[in-house]
Amino acid sequence: MRLLNLLKIAFKAIVLNKMRTLLTMLGIIIGVASVITMLAIGEGSKESIRTAISSLGSNIIAIKPGADVRGGVRRSRTEMESLTLKDYEAIKEKATLLTYITPVVDGGGQVINGSNNWPTSIIGVNSDYLNIKVWELNNGSMFTDIDVKSAAKVAVIGKTIVENIFPDGTNPVGEMIRFNNIPFLVIGVLAEKGENTGGQDQDDIFIAPYTTVQKRILAIDHLMEITGSAVSEAEAQNAVDEVGEILRSQHQLIDNEEDDFHVRSMDELITTFSSTSEMLTLLLVAVASISLLIGGIGIMNIMYISVKERTKEIGLRMAIGAKGSDILLQFLIESILISITGGLLGVILGMGATFFIETFFHWPTYIALYSIIISFAVCVITGIFFGWYPARKASALDPITALRYE
Amino acid sequence: MSKEIIKIENLKREFIMGTETVHALKGISFTIKEGEFVTIMGSSGSGKSTLLNILGCLDQPSFGTFEIDGLIVKDLSRNESATIRNEKIGFIFQSYNLLSRTSALENVELPLLYNCKISSQERRKRAIESLKMVGLADRMDHTPSQLSGGQQQRVAIARSLINNPVMILADEATGNLDTRTSYEIMSVLQDLNKQGITIIFVTHEPDIASFSNRTIMLRDGNIIDDYINTNIRSAKDRLAKLPKQED
Repeated sequence: MRLLNLLKIAFKAIVLNKMRTLLTMLGIIIGVASVITMLAIGEGSKESIRTAISSLGSNIIAIKPGADVRGGVRRSRTEMESLTLKDYEAIKEKATLLTYITPVVDGGGQVINGSNNWPTSIIGVNSDYLNIKVWELNNGSMFTDIDVKSAAKVAVIGKTIVENIFPDGTNPVGEMIRFNNIPFLVIGVLAEKGENTGGQDQDDIFIAPYTTVQKRILAIDHLMEITGSAVSEAEAQNAVDEVGEILRSQHQLIDNEEDDFHVRSMDELITTFSSTSEMLTLLLVAVASISLLIGGIGIMNIMYISVKERTKEIGLRMAIGAKGSDILLQFLIESILISITGGLLGVILGMGATFFIETFFHWPTYIALYSIIISFAVCVITGIFFGWYPARKASALDPITALRYE
Repeated sequence: MSKEIIKIENLKREFIMGTETVHALKGISFTIKEGEFVTIMGSSGSGKSTLLNILGCLDQPSFGTFEIDGLIVKDLSRNESATIRNEKIGFIFQSYNLLSRTSALENVELPLLYNCKISSQERRKRAIESLKMVGLADRMDHTPSQLSGGQQQRVAIARSLINNPVMILADEATGNLDTRTSYEIMSVLQDLNKQGITIIFVTHEPDIASFSNRTIMLRDGNIIDDYINTNIRSAKDRLAKLPKQED
């Protein structure tokens, strides 16, 4: 009842001073709207940076044989045959933190088309490989699981090979080429990637089903590597641990026996990735807090002036029986109402502005629910916080002095 | 036979101004009974404003006792005196103190907004009644700027009536009005007094005092005179005798 009456009084005061109220709200409106817009742009950029970093393969998990000691001599990984298709199948079946996984075998050789030839390396994988590497095809298509099963002689090649063995610019898709005298049908061409961070030409690549490479090129039945991708960068380390567990039980290693394999994630890339996104978040939070602080100070200014201007009215209210707490609550409710309304208008304006930017400037934006909730909550809290001081001042007025105030 | 509403005994009020102590009221005593129309007179500096503040529970005495409607006003908290003001006293001010851009009806309702025992229907009903008592039943939706000075003061009187106070405390209520309007207001107050409402009117105009039935004169913080007015003038008659306004 009392609150309802005070709400009525506060509402009345707001409605009676539309211009003043609007000007007060303006700070909050612009504050909230800019926070939402900025966070939307920030989240959008974060998303595109995330995609860019991910395309470097930041979530890749590499499993290699290793630490195999026979009679005190460590042997090179290529000599070891400790990774098998069974390991791959076990990981594929049991790992929960991997999205894609492929066996990997590789070897060197000469690729030949008519009178043109080029030394390159062949890599045998399954159809998940392009998804793991986040590579795209420029032309044609990737081989399928059926091609893998049947050890089909099909290949997907990189741009460097295309340029060297098809110098006349023929479309390689559908052409027959040879790798070490084994004929392959080119079914796809990779999009240009350039060099990787280690300076290796990523376009100098010849991809074929691992079964084909195992049987027809290398004549082996073990695997040289197993490559997979973790569900996210954040889960990469957990995925490493999980794969380790699976392989240990698969290889029947007892408690204190050393791993006969290595599982690695792209630590450096992950660090870059998380520090970049932390920086962005910090930047956004800084900008957002400044905007909201300014909005809050706006409320305090106007409420302070409003208390001064209405000193006589406060005196009258006290004379006819308003308690100090009534006055305090009245002004507090006023500032809360102003900040809530301003906050709502700000959310609408912010979403509108985001839509505008997305439509007309084609910037990637993303309105996260948390940005709306946080900016709204913060603006209501600033409303209370900055409304408190003037309200406190009003409630502490002496009714006699206030009544005589001109 | 009538109830004593105000009982003041040896009331003193002192203010400390730096090193000096100012004795605004130097030990005054009087009682006011229900149904009286008392004017408190005195020039500036006589202590009448201090007395008014104490009577209105806006201030508290330094020494002596002050009772209002049987309640002893001493060492009350701000909230306790606010409740007494809200339930026992109706204020009328020189400058009306109405809320601007707010209808007469809402202005009159205001004191009851701070009394949560009264429902909004009851509040509305009482506000309409009060406005009828001061003859403004047809002006309920007007805002102060649409009303003349006299009408605004009548809205203020209606506001002071709404909580059924034990007394109405008027502070120079006619100070801002011309003679004719002053008489109008005094006739409204006289009518209310005839209906049994106690009125305490603080003024420095002897003319106004002649409409009341008792006058207390203050000078330098003491009561110098306290007399029953045997020859009460009727504000209505005086109003009739004024030359007709040309308009």
